[in-house]
Amino acid sequence: MIAAFAIQGIQMLLVLALAPGLVGLVRKVKARAMRRRGASVLQPYRDLRRLMRKEVVLADTASWLFTATPFLVFAATWVAASLVPTFATGLQFSWTADLIAIVALLGSGRFFLALAGMDVGTSFGGLGASREVMFASMAEPAMLLTVFALSLVAGSTQLSTVVEVLHGPPGVGLRVSLGMALVALIIVAIVENGRIPADNPATHLELTMVHEAMVLEYSGRHLAMIELAGAMKLLLYVSLIACLFVPWGIARAGDGPGALVIGVATYLAKIAVGGVALALFEASIAKMRVFRVPDYLGIALMLGLLGTLLLFVSGTL
Amino acid sequence: METLSQQIDVAAADLRRAPMPEHRVDAARWTAAAVALAEGRAELLGLWASRRGVHMVLRAPGTGWLGLLTHETGDVFPSVGRHHAPAQRMERAIHDLYGLVPEGAPDLRPWLDHGRWPVHHPLGAQDPAGAAQPYPFLPVEGESLHQVPVGPVHAGIIEPGHFRFTAQGETVVRLEERLGYTHKGVGRLMRGATIARGAKLAGRVCGDSTVAYSWAFAQAAEAALGLAVPERALWLRALMAELERLANHLGDIGAICNDAAFAMMHAHCGALRERVLRAADAVFGHRLMRDVILPGGVTRDLDADGVQIVSALAEDIRARFPALVRLYDRSASVQDRTVGTGRLDPALAARFAAGGVVGRASGRDFDVRRDLSHAPYDRMPLAVPCRNDGDVNARIWVRIDEVPQSLALIGRLVSDLPEGPIAVPLPSVVPGGVGIGLVEGFRGDVLAAVELAPDGTIADGHLRDPSWMQWPLLEAVIEGNIIADFPLCNKSFNCAYSGVDL
Repeated sequence: MIAAFAIQGIQMLLVLALAPGLVGLVRKVKARAMRRRGASVLQPYRDLRRLMRKEVVLADTASWLFTATPFLVFAATWVAASLVPTFATGLQFSWTADLIAIVALLGSGRFFLALAGMDVGTSFGGLGASREVMFASMAEPAMLLTVFALSLVAGSTQLSTVVEVLHGPPGVGLRVSLGMALVALIIVAIVENGRIPADNPATHLELTMVHEAMVLEYSGRHLAMIELAGAMKLLLYVSLIACLFVPWGIARAGDGPGALVIGVATYLAKIAVGGVALALFEASIAKMRVFRVPDYLGIALMLGLLGTLLLFVSGTL
Repeated sequence: METLSQQIDVAAADLRRAPMPEHRVDAARWTAAAVALAEGRAELLGLWASRRGVHMVLRAPGTGWLGLLTHETGDVFPSVGRHHAPAQRMERAIHDLYGLVPEGAPDLRPWLDHGRWPVHHPLGAQDPAGAAQPYPFLPVEGESLHQVPVGPVHAGIIEPGHFRFTAQGETVVRLEERLGYTHKGVGRLMRGATIARGAKLAGRVCGDSTVAYSWAFAQAAEAALGLAVPERALWLRALMAELERLANHLGDIGAICNDAAFAMMHAHCGALRERVLRAADAVFGHRLMRDVILPGGVTRDLDADGVQIVSALAEDIRARFPALVRLYDRSASVQDRTVGTGRLDPALAARFAAGGVVGRASGRDFDVRRDLSHAPYDRMPLAVPCRNDGDVNARIWVRIDEVPQSLALIGRLVSDLPEGPIAVPLPSVVPGGVGIGLVEGFRGDVLAAVELAPDGTIADGHLRDPSWMQWPLLEAVIEGNIIADFPLCNKSFNCAYSGVDL
């Protein structure tokens, strides 16, 4: 029991500690792809430390919602991240909530962020919030349909169970529906994390921002919380894709320390590969028009729907 | 009474040799010229004031003929903007600076004067300023419209300008610009300055066009003095102008793509631009080549090492640039953003006499280097790239097409560089009259007008940035586009802030 909590605790601290590193890695690889030297991988950690020390500048019109939101978003994202089997399945918390709960936790984080964006009454906050919610109206159903497809294959929405069933033994083999779910999940992940081509996390152009426009008024420790939550969300999605579609090496409930060490090592490798792939993808593509993003998400929605329907047609697809 | 065609009587070849013959006109003829502008029988190249009155430079469309009209007045003049919209902001600036009232002007809101100067009309009556009045933006009426004020302080480190968007959802219904935040009183500083100081001032009006500005000012001062400059100096000036164009075009091509988050282009174009700047630093002692051009010639000669550096640079860019063009041309994700975005109607471009890339991407086939040519360009073939689509993509392509052309010109300028002195002393005898200079900068035609006092100092100097004609077009271009596409349109125009805030 104590060991189970300890492992869960390690998992939670691990995602917290790794999240800024993943952001740093993506930035570094992107810079190298453009033949720039780029900042150190550790730069996001330094940024967070700097922001934590800085004074908070609050708009006169800001309500309690504005100051509470960063902590709400951070908490929701952290809890969601703690539910994802990163290096081991069957962690203590994983029995308390399923995939749908993860979607709901992230959704409520976004809900508060959108409210906070409009709270201070600047036009950019409203602009960002309206765009974010427009994207979300497509991204959340797409994500849920993907969850359904996976759950139909595994016979459960419980993430640990899904991973164990997909991974086997005996495993489920290659499935068309799983391929569709993978593509859909990647598309949703890109949009949800505000990466190119849906949004540009590095932009200084306030008129093109989506996520950044919402948080434009934040500063100091509030901004640090939001940045950390954002980094954790990215890690969450990469972990989710990794544990569902490349589950090799992941430790099982009740495995010994040796399996856990292998689990952590393979997890780190998977995250690194995911980060590099994201950076290279981002470097090779331009951002799309704001109104194209729903079309793009529509692909994810249709793939999720098709995957789910295929499973109704035949249990082996 | 002389007709308009009699007033447009100076051939480009004679423009820079001597003070420009001035047609002093009464209010009726001034208005007739304004009507001619509105009817498209003439193009407005400049409208400014001096202590004597108001002046405008006209061009007969499609020709190399220019005319200078002066309406001598101390208080009011008939508004040109009433008939010809492109003149409106210039008149507002004239009113702010001199207190001259354009009679019948449709818009008399302040332009440069934000109510923060110690006096009103600093170049005219110098009335003490009262409390600042709120600036009335143009009203917009309709269902479910909302306003998005942007700037003058932006999220990025860029020049200050205020943009007032009125949008319906994401679609822009109206954009109104408000500039003037970088006003620095160039007109006042010019007054009474020596020519050497005037040249320094001109080189500091707009940092990325410092060569074009210095050259235009030098041309104007030399024309006012009737001074002929040694050929070698002209060749060196052109070399610097082409290097400046090259650096800015490379920077712009990358920066436009970066606004569509295509950072790869930005990184590589930025590296090429940096090579140009470093070569300029090595050869002319300053990365942007500031203060190298002075009236009378240039201050730095090109030695054998310099020739070698410039030739190697041209070779290098010629080898690397095509790969970048291919990268742009084959990246569907960027093209999806640039093609069809921010289309400028060729009719508008012609009406506003939009110079530079903005005009040439919308069918206005005009380049000072070819159409109002001067040495050394009059001895070099120049194919002006011109397109009719008028969108962001067209403005990128005009820039792309001008890069190899500048490289070719650089090659010729270096290989044909005449021998001889690089500067002559300025004469002490001042013939009197207004000298006009016109140079094709990377944004378009930079116009300089200099009037000298009998003691050789500057009586009045005026520098007109090409962006005067381009900023209003940006407002037209964005209409019906979405707010998120504004940065792309704006960067593809790349208008000057400092250059128009004077």
